[in-house]
Amino acid sequence: MRSRSAPKRLTLAQCVLLAVVVSYVGIVLLIPVGAIVVYALADGVQPLVDALHNTNVLHSLMLSFTLALIALVANGILGVGGALLLARHRFFGRRFLDALVDLPLAVSPVMTGLAFLLLFGRDGWFAPLLNAAGWKVTFAFPGLVIATLFVTFPFTIREVGHTLEELGTTEEEAAMTLGASPFATFWLVTLPNIRYGLGYGILLTTARALGEFGAVLVLGGAISGQTETATTFIYNALEERQDAAAYSMTLILVIASVLLLVGLEWMKRQRKKEV
Amino acid sequence: MSIRVSHLHKRFGSFVAVDDVSLEVPSGALVAFLGPSGSGKSTILRIIAGLENADSGSVFVNEEIANHLHPRARRIGFVFQHYALFRHMTVAQNIAFGLRVQGASRQEQASRVQDLLTLMNLEGLNDRYPAQLSGGQRQRVALARALAPKPKVLLLDEPFGAVDAKTREELRHWLRRLHDEMHVTSIFVTHDQEEAFSVADRVIVIHRGRVEQSGVPTEILDQPATEFVARFIGAANIYTTRAKDGFCQVGALAVAAPGIPDGGLVTLVIRFYDLKFWRDDQGGMATVVRTVSLGDRVTVEAVIDGAVTILSQFPRRSSLLLGIEPGVRIHIEVTTVRIYPQETHSDSSITPRLQAGACDSKPGVDQPQSDAE
Repeated sequence: MRSRSAPKRLTLAQCVLLAVVVSYVGIVLLIPVGAIVVYALADGVQPLVDALHNTNVLHSLMLSFTLALIALVANGILGVGGALLLARHRFFGRRFLDALVDLPLAVSPVMTGLAFLLLFGRDGWFAPLLNAAGWKVTFAFPGLVIATLFVTFPFTIREVGHTLEELGTTEEEAAMTLGASPFATFWLVTLPNIRYGLGYGILLTTARALGEFGAVLVLGGAISGQTETATTFIYNALEERQDAAAYSMTLILVIASVLLLVGLEWMKRQRKKEV
Repeated sequence: MSIRVSHLHKRFGSFVAVDDVSLEVPSGALVAFLGPSGSGKSTILRIIAGLENADSGSVFVNEEIANHLHPRARRIGFVFQHYALFRHMTVAQNIAFGLRVQGASRQEQASRVQDLLTLMNLEGLNDRYPAQLSGGQRQRVALARALAPKPKVLLLDEPFGAVDAKTREELRHWLRRLHDEMHVTSIFVTHDQEEAFSVADRVIVIHRGRVEQSGVPTEILDQPATEFVARFIGAANIYTTRAKDGFCQVGALAVAAPGIPDGGLVTLVIRFYDLKFWRDDQGGMATVVRTVSLGDRVTVEAVIDGAVTILSQFPRRSSLLLGIEPGVRIHIEVTTVRIYPQETHSDSSITPRLQAGACDSKPGVDQPQSDAE
């Protein structure tokens, strides 16, 4: 238990530092978000209600949430599997693989989109194969899925990986000596122990999936009513000077972000409680 | 169930953790692996449990080879150093785990859990989580959990290392009693000689991945097989000196060394309790520097003429302490000494090698560099 003693008096240097941090956070985070809320609600909630009746808005929202859901499930499974592989096994190439996990963080999403375009595009490497099968990847739903999966890949695997490292292996060893099969050990011991790490990773993944712009723009093309996600909708709406629609959509995303933030904070606390 | 290991080898990178270890634990025995940290004793235990694979060598359980059995197929209960309780399960769920994964009915689980809670003095704690227990309680839950599936063998890795001294003392007595009631073959690892000698039937001393000596406690105390055992077991004064005319000279103190050739470099190990100090105001061979009271014992530190320190320990009310106080002259009688000829000729001077602090009752230990445990 942390004791809740009275806050200490700060020295002058500490006061200055605090002021710098607070104003930095204010300028970079709070004021922009506040501005969006103010703009979106400047004419009351009516534009927001109107926006929610607009089929394009609804379609792009649905698309974004579908992509987030796919990313969440895929990363949940692959993240746990990958993290277990990296944390619990020693094999040739492990370090390389481990470094590779961070690649999507280092590469600009626009470049990612372009790279996939080179693979799956009209004159891409896999074009003959895709044409033969009659599949369309670029400027279609599969392209959006690929782009989203790529950019969201590191989050779950990293969070689960850190949790596994912290846990160590003794509880798993204990389960084995008590007669548990590898599956029972995973299901009854490992998974419950990593659940908050996994939850945290999944929420980060969702946030990243909802917010992705560059890769889905390049690979999906932001075709209205087809491959237009929530973020690319905002971009298109601004281009077409439909400011009200853009701000309404932004506000919806802001609400989603706040909810995600609350979820992340809760996961973090639960995790702290357990350790 | 008996346990036998033969010619075990295990390396971690370039560090040799287990170096050709063979040993036997008879059915129903309570055996201690005693050694300094990093000596490889925990690794041997983990190899027996199947948690670690030996590079070579074999493990036999009841004379059947167990090398390739998965830990879960060995029916060995293991108590981990830091409990390793399942943190998201209650005490009852922890204890029932082994039965649960082995497919026992709920009723069976519940009744066994209740029996063990009673046996371990844990009644009423069923629904607590590990984080809500004291160290001693956690240790007992860990034991109950290991015992629940009725293992043939119980292995305990530094079982009482992480609890306070008083709880440790209670747990030791209690482990001994438990073993006397259940007769399950048990091995526990410890670096604490008092723990090994007070709990185990047999003690196996392990050092640098090798078995130094194996025997009942009195054998190890009275007939140390190697210099390491002599140094490690019991608090001792250790001197390196040369033999001359059948005697070894430590300052003014002459120790009989029959059969040691002249000029041979030897290590003398003299236990604190193998010494007698007599006050000798007329002459003597040493001067008392100080006396330190350690509760039931008193440590006396003296300097032998020739500037070498010697330590002895006496019971607090011992008559041997009469008149012994700082500054007085004393005569020293050595009742038992162990002499180990040295192969390496390092230095010819008399080097007092008192270890582990002047008045600590802990033994002198060569600290190994690496720790595999």
